[in-house]
Amino acid sequence: MRRGLSGWPWRAAALLVALVALWELYVDLGGADPLILPAPHEVARSLWVDRSLLGSNFLVTAEEVLLGILLASVTGLAFSAAIHFSPTLRRAVYPLLVASQTLPIPIVAPVLVLWLGFGILPKLVVIALVSFFSIVVTTLAGFAAVDPDLIKLMRTFDAPRQRTFRHIELPAALPSLFTGAKIAVTVAVIGAVFAEQAGASSGLGYLFEQSIPQLLTARAYAAVVILSAFAISLFALLSLAERWALPWAYQREQAAAP
Amino acid sequence: MIEAPVKEPRELQGDDGVSVELVSRTFRTRRGPVHALASMSLRARPGEIVTVVGPSGCGKTTLLELVCGLQLPDSGTVRCAPAVLMPQRDLLLPWCTALDNAGLALRARGVGRAQARATAAPWLERFGLAGFEHARPAELSGGMRQRVSFLRSLLAGKPLLALDEPFAALDAITRLQMQDWLIEVLASEPRTVLLVTHDVEEAVVLGDRVVVMSGRPGHAVAEIEVSLARPRRRGDPAVVALREQVLAALGVSA
Ligand SMILES: Nc1ncnc2c1ncn2[C@@H]1O[C@H](COP(=O)(O)OP(=O)(O)O)[C@@H](O)[C@H]1O
Ligand SMILES: [Mg+2]
Repeated sequence: MRRGLSGWPWRAAALLVALVALWELYVDLGGADPLILPAPHEVARSLWVDRSLLGSNFLVTAEEVLLGILLASVTGLAFSAAIHFSPTLRRAVYPLLVASQTLPIPIVAPVLVLWLGFGILPKLVVIALVSFFSIVVTTLAGFAAVDPDLIKLMRTFDAPRQRTFRHIELPAALPSLFTGAKIAVTVAVIGAVFAEQAGASSGLGYLFEQSIPQLLTARAYAAVVILSAFAISLFALLSLAERWALPWAYQREQAAAP
Repeated sequence: MIEAPVKEPRELQGDDGVSVELVSRTFRTRRGPVHALASMSLRARPGEIVTVVGPSGCGKTTLLELVCGLQLPDSGTVRCAPAVLMPQRDLLLPWCTALDNAGLALRARGVGRAQARATAAPWLERFGLAGFEHARPAELSGGMRQRVSFLRSLLAGKPLLALDEPFAALDAITRLQMQDWLIEVLASEPRTVLLVTHDVEEAVVLGDRVVVMSGRPGHAVAEIEVSLARPRRRGDPAVVALREQVLAALGVSA
């Protein structure tokens, strides 16, 4: 129950410090060209020096990612409900959903920009496209895990199918939806970077794209560091939200006296 | 179509009994057919408590699902009043409070949340669950969960209760308490009851009649009338004698 959050930060931090120290040593000892792999202290300096530039671009990407995950959750839930209800749809649509995940985003993104313009819309679609699959898969597993005896019970209550869905299957699958969203967070951030590279004038992905040719590698890495920190924060935030919204999913047997 | 929530002890009608005639049920599985029931017959008069006892896997759950209309027999006929299931495990919804779990049958019929709660609340109190209305199932003891589960099925307001090994998961002491409790409840809430168990003593203490089933494929091998007044003491020589009669029918020497 408390393993999720309070246990890991200092251990993860210690590991991170060790890895960064190794990286610093490696670059300082001439292991790599700093224009290809900047030393951590250069990245740290860029984080400080370029803070306002990084900050304003971060806000753009953060908005895209948050809205994109929201869109992915809504469409993912709708898709999984539809697939859950219709075996035909499952056979027809599920394989296509799997195929959609194999599309390389750098190929899809320009097409979306062509159709949807340079605004936030194509970014949301890319982010939703890469992240809604994990939500569909986990939510479907959540629906399938409902005890069939509960469905039978509802039938002897003469419950119409959609009421069984609303009272039993939907709430039962919410923890799985959260699991899917947590997986989605990481790919959503990557999706945002690709989407911005396809046609944007701001955002950390755009900044990354601009920094490499200008040989501002440290700044590109600083953008990546911020994206990673953002993904970790989102993951932790979702974990907290889940605990708050679905306390029952974390409650183990703690029975009162008979 | 929508029945009023039960408030008063419901009146049982002449056709609120059960009649299962020569029913067979076979499941096709990958490893070949499983004959769960073969020529199973059973009757219950309105208001009667019929206990069905038989070894594990003899088709008891299948029988109850046939009675509840959840399965159709391959042959034979099932005629009975509208029945509600109380599944083998309590299966309370972990995200709902005891109160909302108890009112699930009402919600299933489209009754609003507030109305369902208002209907279920006095029942929780009657069932000794006052103060636990807002407890989640994980916070309830096994006996409490079983009472909530029973109440949930009772509030479906149907004349026939199909109870699937309702006390099998409880510890021995709680099980005895729950058996006495069930008889008390049914005295004020008359229902036709089919109660399935593999506990011979439970079958004798609770039933007006005990139907003994053979091993798979299940069918009735004996029917034992229990015309003893209630409450029944388990050490009562008459109860002990009937127990031995049931055990003999099961082919187990006492
Ligand atoms: N849906 C099913 N598919 C295949 N076999 C089943 C199914 N339901 C029950 N059975 C089999 O039928 C037999 C009787 O099952 P059941 O009615 O659950 O017995 P009991 O409740 O007396 O333990 C068992 O062997 C069980 O494995
Ligand atoms: Mg069973």
